[in-house]
Amino acid sequence: MLLDIDQVSKTYHTVGPDVCALDEVSVSVEAGQFTAVQGPSGCGKSTLLLIAGGLLAPDVGSVQIDGRNPYELTADERAKFRATHIGFVFQQFHLVPYLDVLDNVLAPSVAAAVPQARERAEELIRQFGIEHRLHHTPGQLSTGERQRTALARALLHDPKVLLADEPTGNLDRENTEAVLGHLKEFTAKGGAVLLVSHDEHAISYADEVIRLQDGRLVKPEPAQAATPV
Amino acid sequence: MNVLHLILREMQHRVGSSLLALFSVSAAVGCLVGALTLLRADDVRTERILSDKEQDVADAVAAKEADVAQAGADLEDAMRKITKGLGFNIYILPGDQDVNELSVHGIVSKTMPASYATKLADSDIITINHLLPMVMEKTTWKEFEEDIILIGTRGEIPLKERALKKPLLQQVPAGSIVVGYGLHSKHGFKKDQKVKLNGREFTVKETLPERGTSDDATVWISLAEAQDMLGRENLINMMQALECNCATEDRVAEIRRDLARILPGTQVIELGDRALARAEARNTAKKTAQETLKRQKAAGAADLQREKTGRQKLKDEHEGFAAVLVPLAVFGAAIWIGVLTFGNVRQRRSEIGILRAIGLQSAQILTIFLGKALLIGIVGAVVGYAGGFVVGTTWGGESAAILFAPSDMLLAIVMAPLLASLGSWIPAMLAARQDPAVVLQGE
Repeated sequence: MLLDIDQVSKTYHTVGPDVCALDEVSVSVEAGQFTAVQGPSGCGKSTLLLIAGGLLAPDVGSVQIDGRNPYELTADERAKFRATHIGFVFQQFHLVPYLDVLDNVLAPSVAAAVPQARERAEELIRQFGIEHRLHHTPGQLSTGERQRTALARALLHDPKVLLADEPTGNLDRENTEAVLGHLKEFTAKGGAVLLVSHDEHAISYADEVIRLQDGRLVKPEPAQAATPV
Repeated sequence: MNVLHLILREMQHRVGSSLLALFSVSAAVGCLVGALTLLRADDVRTERILSDKEQDVADAVAAKEADVAQAGADLEDAMRKITKGLGFNIYILPGDQDVNELSVHGIVSKTMPASYATKLADSDIITINHLLPMVMEKTTWKEFEEDIILIGTRGEIPLKERALKKPLLQQVPAGSIVVGYGLHSKHGFKKDQKVKLNGREFTVKETLPERGTSDDATVWISLAEAQDMLGRENLINMMQALECNCATEDRVAEIRRDLARILPGTQVIELGDRALARAEARNTAKKTAQETLKRQKAAGAADLQREKTGRQKLKDEHEGFAAVLVPLAVFGAAIWIGVLTFGNVRQRRSEIGILRAIGLQSAQILTIFLGKALLIGIVGAVVGYAGGFVVGTTWGGESAAILFAPSDMLLAIVMAPLLASLGSWIPAMLAARQDPAVVLQGE
């Protein structure tokens, strides 16, 4: 099991009433598995993703990534762990605005050494069809190109787990297909994908779909085959 | 890809704010270096002015010294000539001579060997000048039935240990006669006139002006002729001399000691009024010269002190101004860099979040911001140093080679990065402590 989230709860303590984002949620993703988390806005999807990514410690429950609990590590060790085991893709891309495509893809190599980083970055850029944008900054890219750049960045260090938060939310159909295709391809190579989305089409690519409602797991649904459009 | 690459790319991207930060560091360093350079220029100029002034004073004193020395020498010479006119002030007499006879009659009747004169002249004596041996007798100028004092002199004998000086009395050649005022005015003697003195013919060599002393009734002939006429072959009655110009406590006692050693059996008397006049004249001339020189030196020293005080006051004013301006510029720059970095951190909130998410450690985030500050500090040090030095040398009016100080450059290179880092420290710490989860959730 590459990702094992067990009985995790998370409550946000705000100035108003406490907000229970997750309540005893368990999710497991095996190597080669594409899991989607579906639910309405505010149901706790993003919180689940942050907890899964070692970015937000749960109040209760445990998280195991590739057999290790990241929350048992110090902050710096956890950062290094993320740099070697986890890839992130966000709806807002979160590219570094002053770096060109190549440098953005290479950014994780600042955190942890990646063997032959430049060659691998160029290969990923070619693979995602944005090699003609190699030295363009995010401001000069289309949204699809930005997301493909973000995806290439997430894959540079060959992570075990890829966490994607609404990666197709801002994309047109063509780019959505391309991104989802790449995610699928990642799982085909043995990686684990945890996708958070309320896009039915994106979810249709998942091997397993988990539904969240008010921070609780509703019920697992049988996997549907991906239907390329 | 490394942190430096990230820093450089970000600075390139936000060139405006980077230049603002660079400008503030450069301005602070420029103020510091400019102030130091100007103060150094002040010091250099002060040193030169004071050195020139000291030289001027030294030159003036030296010139005055020369003037005073010349004036003193002139005065002393004038005094010497005047006092020399007073005549001999030391008489060396035979030991058995009654001094009263000289005082009462102006005559010395006792004799001593003429060789005493040469013996004394060849000795090591330095306490007398102008040695004049003579014979003398009060006698009657038979041709005119006139009482006179007859003096025979061979002229002054050069003293071995003394420089040759112009004689007080010129030698009277054989066959010549020098006649005192009372005698030549009474008998109408003229120069080169032939006159007879007790049967011997002489040519009048000189007729003396009135002196109001026994000289007016005196005639001078050569020593040999006088010795012959007076029957005193190889004898003299006395030697006249001038005591030396030495600054000793008791000159006559020294002369007496010398004479007792060289010519035992002689006695020395001093004509006190002449000696005193001579000594006072000499001392007055010396004192006047010394006081003039002292006044000149005091005036020069006061002038120099005034200049030093003025320059020190100016320097204090400049240092006071720099002591306010420089810390203000440095503190202002640190605050400004802090504000700029804080703005930069806020602007890069999302970037920091994603960099943390993809694995950068908090120390690396801190390095990104402090590294940028260090880089700006180093470049700012170079730019600020160059600017401050150019302004300092231009305003200071001294050459760059004189004003260049490696310590200033070192100070700038150390201070500027430190200043920029300190200014950026708090915002950089805030950035490093930023929780990526909060940032990503906020986004």
